[in-house]
Amino acid sequence: MATTPEVLPPSTSVGIVGWLRANLFSTALNAAFTVVTGVLSVLMLVAIFRWVVFSADWSPVTESLKLFLVGQYPTEELWRVGAVVVGAAALMGVSWAVWGGVLRTFARIMAAGSLIVALSPLEPAGFDLAVRAWYLGGAASIVLGFALARAAALDPKWVMRAWVLGFFLGMALIWGFEETSLGESLRGFFGAGAALTVVLGVAGWVGRFPAGVVLRWLAWGWGALFLVTIVMFWGLGQTDIAPRVGTSRWGGLLLTFVLALVGIAASFPIGVLLALGRRSRLPVLKGFSITFIELVRGVPLVTLLFMTVIIVPLFLPRGTSFDLVLRALFAITLFSSAYMAENIRGGLAAVPLGQIEGAKALGLGGFQTMLFIVLPQALRAVIPAIVGQFISLFKDTTLVVIVGLLDVLGIGKALFLGNVRWFGAQAEVYLFIAAVFWVFTFAMAYASRKLEDTLGVGTR
Amino acid sequence: MRHMKLRYPLLLILVAILMAALAACGDDDGDAAASGGRLDTVKDRGNLIIAGRTDLAGFGFLDSSGKNVGFDIDLGRAVAAAIFGDPNAIEVRPISASERGPTIQSGEVDVLTRNVTWTSTRDSQWGNYTTIMFYDGQGFMVRADSGFESALDLDGVTACVTSGTTTELNLADFFRQNGLALETVVFEDTASVYGAYESGRCDVTTSDKSQLAAIRSGFASPGDHKILPETISKEPLTPVVPHGDDQWFDLVKTVMWVLINAEEMGVTQANVDSMVTSDNIAIRRMLGAEGEFGQADLGLDADFAVDVIKAVGNYGEIYDRYMGPNGISFELPRQSNELWLNGGLIYAPPLK
Amino acid sequence: MLTYRGIPLWRDVRVLQAIGQLVSVVFVVSLLVFFVANLRSAADERGLSLGFDFLGQEAGFPIGESVIDYDPGDSFLHAFAVGIINTLKAAVLGVLLATVLGIVVGLARLSSNWLVRNLAGVYIQIIRNVPLLVQLFFWYFAVFQALPLVQQAIRLPGPVYLSNRGLFFVSPQATPSFDAWVAYLAAALAVAAALRFALRWREQRTGRPSHAVVGPWLAFAAIAAAGWLAADGSPVVRNVPVLGEFNFAGGGRITPEFGALLVGLVLYTGAFIAEIVRAGVQSVSRGQREAALAVGLSNAQTTRLVIFPQALRVIVPPLISQYLNLTKNSSLAVAIAYPELFTVGRTMINQAGRALPIFLLIMAAYLAMSLTWAAVGNLYNRRVQMVER
Repeated sequence: MATTPEVLPPSTSVGIVGWLRANLFSTALNAAFTVVTGVLSVLMLVAIFRWVVFSADWSPVTESLKLFLVGQYPTEELWRVGAVVVGAAALMGVSWAVWGGVLRTFARIMAAGSLIVALSPLEPAGFDLAVRAWYLGGAASIVLGFALARAAALDPKWVMRAWVLGFFLGMALIWGFEETSLGESLRGFFGAGAALTVVLGVAGWVGRFPAGVVLRWLAWGWGALFLVTIVMFWGLGQTDIAPRVGTSRWGGLLLTFVLALVGIAASFPIGVLLALGRRSRLPVLKGFSITFIELVRGVPLVTLLFMTVIIVPLFLPRGTSFDLVLRALFAITLFSSAYMAENIRGGLAAVPLGQIEGAKALGLGGFQTMLFIVLPQALRAVIPAIVGQFISLFKDTTLVVIVGLLDVLGIGKALFLGNVRWFGAQAEVYLFIAAVFWVFTFAMAYASRKLEDTLGVGTR
Repeated sequence: MRHMKLRYPLLLILVAILMAALAACGDDDGDAAASGGRLDTVKDRGNLIIAGRTDLAGFGFLDSSGKNVGFDIDLGRAVAAAIFGDPNAIEVRPISASERGPTIQSGEVDVLTRNVTWTSTRDSQWGNYTTIMFYDGQGFMVRADSGFESALDLDGVTACVTSGTTTELNLADFFRQNGLALETVVFEDTASVYGAYESGRCDVTTSDKSQLAAIRSGFASPGDHKILPETISKEPLTPVVPHGDDQWFDLVKTVMWVLINAEEMGVTQANVDSMVTSDNIAIRRMLGAEGEFGQADLGLDADFAVDVIKAVGNYGEIYDRYMGPNGISFELPRQSNELWLNGGLIYAPPLK
Repeated sequence: MLTYRGIPLWRDVRVLQAIGQLVSVVFVVSLLVFFVANLRSAADERGLSLGFDFLGQEAGFPIGESVIDYDPGDSFLHAFAVGIINTLKAAVLGVLLATVLGIVVGLARLSSNWLVRNLAGVYIQIIRNVPLLVQLFFWYFAVFQALPLVQQAIRLPGPVYLSNRGLFFVSPQATPSFDAWVAYLAAALAVAAALRFALRWREQRTGRPSHAVVGPWLAFAAIAAAGWLAADGSPVVRNVPVLGEFNFAGGGRITPEFGALLVGLVLYTGAFIAEIVRAGVQSVSRGQREAALAVGLSNAQTTRLVIFPQALRVIVPPLISQYLNLTKNSSLAVAIAYPELFTVGRTMINQAGRALPIFLLIMAAYLAMSLTWAAVGNLYNRRVQMVER
């Protein structure tokens, strides 16, 4: 809220008075502007400050912090969320060491923030020693990750892979494991294996990849599947370490992040395919892609959410039920992939024709040209646009309130109903939620600007 | 090598087909169970999906730990306890009033307990209505200093109401019938309705009287608001199950009857274990200690009633938990919702 | 070994493409068949009707506000029309106000005054980074509903009354003599247009200043005034809101629902437009401004006549997409009780029990609006392309 003045430009040549004259009082009109807006903003700031500190009732926020953070996620299983956050913090520390730049800033802020929270004298409901310990752990793991990565001089490629792997592991841990029968596990193993084989087989055939490459990928894939099956069935499915926590119990900031992250990740491959389809010379593919993209972009996200909740069940076999979060994700992914496709199309158009001709001249097939030459360059060019899309998706996830999910905003609304005494504190709750979103989106926008700078300089 | 290059993808696809066949083979026994009916689907899934709400004190809301609680939710928990012996084997899907119809029509939830009024159209279109668990009627709440004494005085007022409800239609009907001018503000969720009413956006708010009482009790000064004497509609609130599965319909009905019969016979959460050896044959039959009242046909254990009552208590206990003298949410005299023995309307067929 | 055997079938690009298309067609068609079959069986089993015949039936539910007359006794179709018109009202007003706000803030962002520049920046940073839905909740529940009760309405000069029943203001009201005056207005318009044309022609021919702007305006005002005086009694009178027993009657009104939606949409979209305007203005090379100033144009003239026309080419395409966003975002009104298209549609689905037909109507209506904006954008782009040298 505060209008923190930016760092003043060096005033050696003009002095403070000179600066004031040049920037605030250059003409009579300007001076009038300065005085009026200055007085108004000071009055407003004072009023806001007084309200925030003296008259606002923050009890709905302080008494429900757990709800705002994770919603109905069972309290006794919260260690899983904590573990994921601490894990992410450690990776953050590692990334700080490896890349520096804006990540250094973030890692430091996060570490300092967690430390302050852990040691803060405030004691909102449920903020006991154990919770403090988690925050402390978060701060510590950032530092630890940094120190380790510094000592080991890690390859950035591996850190990247760790993030991707960590994303899946984190999701798996938060979701948990269900008891599965041997038959189910085997079915899953063979089913996924068949799909993998078909995909690799077709890709290898169409792309004319050497047999050795395809067989190696296949071996890796089957191996990973086997490991996953073993772990799911004998490792975690049969124990109580991390029992399944249905998505209906996810909420708060956790849900907001899951929706945005999974939405953007899932919409990426679909967006690539749609973008390629739209540029394709095959009329049917092109037609499908254009129809889909324009249809989805032409309607509001709420109608898509509404569709998956109310309309889609009518099209599915009777009694099919899949959970609400999954459906919201479906709608968000549909929505996001249409925009992703347009972003990527922009990137594809930016790849110089010479690159394609060069690839052809080297004897690469159409598929290989696309996969190894065009796409990498196109995607690199659209990273800032994708980050921008992620930011707006992050904000758009609030719309799931309208279909009854309890994300940060949903929790805020639910508070009023079960607790009529908080009716009068709506401004406080909505401002708190606004502040939460602001912090995250502002940080992301800042990072994206930095990233743009980094990518802009020294492009290959 | 040249040879290999041409053949290997075909080989891979052959392998894939083999794998897919293997995966499909294992599939068959899984399907057999699923086609058995909703009870089997529920058992397979391991929990009961309830369409409910999270935003109405007394009926469906979140406690401070984020657990779903309330009168309606407990009815759902009773069904879960009957099937799994575990009242927590539920998934609550919070829906708004206007989503109730489509949600139960599509059959994606097992039971809808979200204070839903039984009407003939809904019965034919939405699903099967089980047993009336709460008798209600639509009323009006106004500010005490507004000078209104009767609903017929309400000419030219602004009313706040929830969209997609019978309430909304009754309101329009009532004002048109009586030739009264009306301005409405129609909200998607109940929270907003009462927030708007309390802030003075509307002169009057209308809903089921139980709901009005609930909300009024939560206001900063309940004395500033009053509920007008007229009841302009009948609102029998009833859990609904999807159309097309008689066994499931009967099962949910029977669980509701157990709750009511348990109160009638004085079986409570506290004494249910000792009641198994009661002298009363009807009680022993209900608790599965003697004879049968259809448990097997419903696909339930003989002593499921013990699990139900242990989990949520009898009808009166559920009511009192939220709306009794020391209830969590507010106090609402039972009146029509007394047992028939005490002059109310709550009545269930015998368990025989 | 080197004999040419032709391209094998499975390597022939044309064959592969044909197969690819065929497979995708088969896939999509079978998916559609699967869905429709399920829908049909669902419809049979559960007695869902899929036709549009219900649209003629009585709606039965009340709607909070409407531009056209509406009564619960009217048909579903009529109710839907109310929703569409309410959406259009929000979209049109929202677009106009957001554009004005965006331009003002965008220029403020470029101001030479440090305070003004940075305040504009703070506004943009705050608004852009908070979800619109949160802002709408805030405006409606925390601001508009927190206004004083109608009995204690704030009285502003005009009179304008501000309370949690909305903003009531004096509105013009036509009297019986209004129609006659309209004829005068039409005549005035025709004369003014002719005069403008003639004066412009003269100015261009002779090069003498001919007051091509002021002249027509004066003519218009003179004839309109004459018509006013000639009319039998004043053709337009002030309709002043008066506090009745429960609420104000008469005058114009902005309900809190519409007000909150409008404020939310305008502030949110305005922030994005401001950034677009700023980027557009900055895209005009510095030399243009310097040259214009050197020629002797004032600062304001430079901005208006030199910078803006050039910046427009950069500004308009993203601007149109913001207009489109604003139109689509108006559907969030469902959360704050403004009865626009989506809100009314949802109520209809529940009260009529016809999910699919109504949903299709809603989608079609939004698509039509989006396509209209897209068409406007294309039209503009084509015009700009032609001007380009």
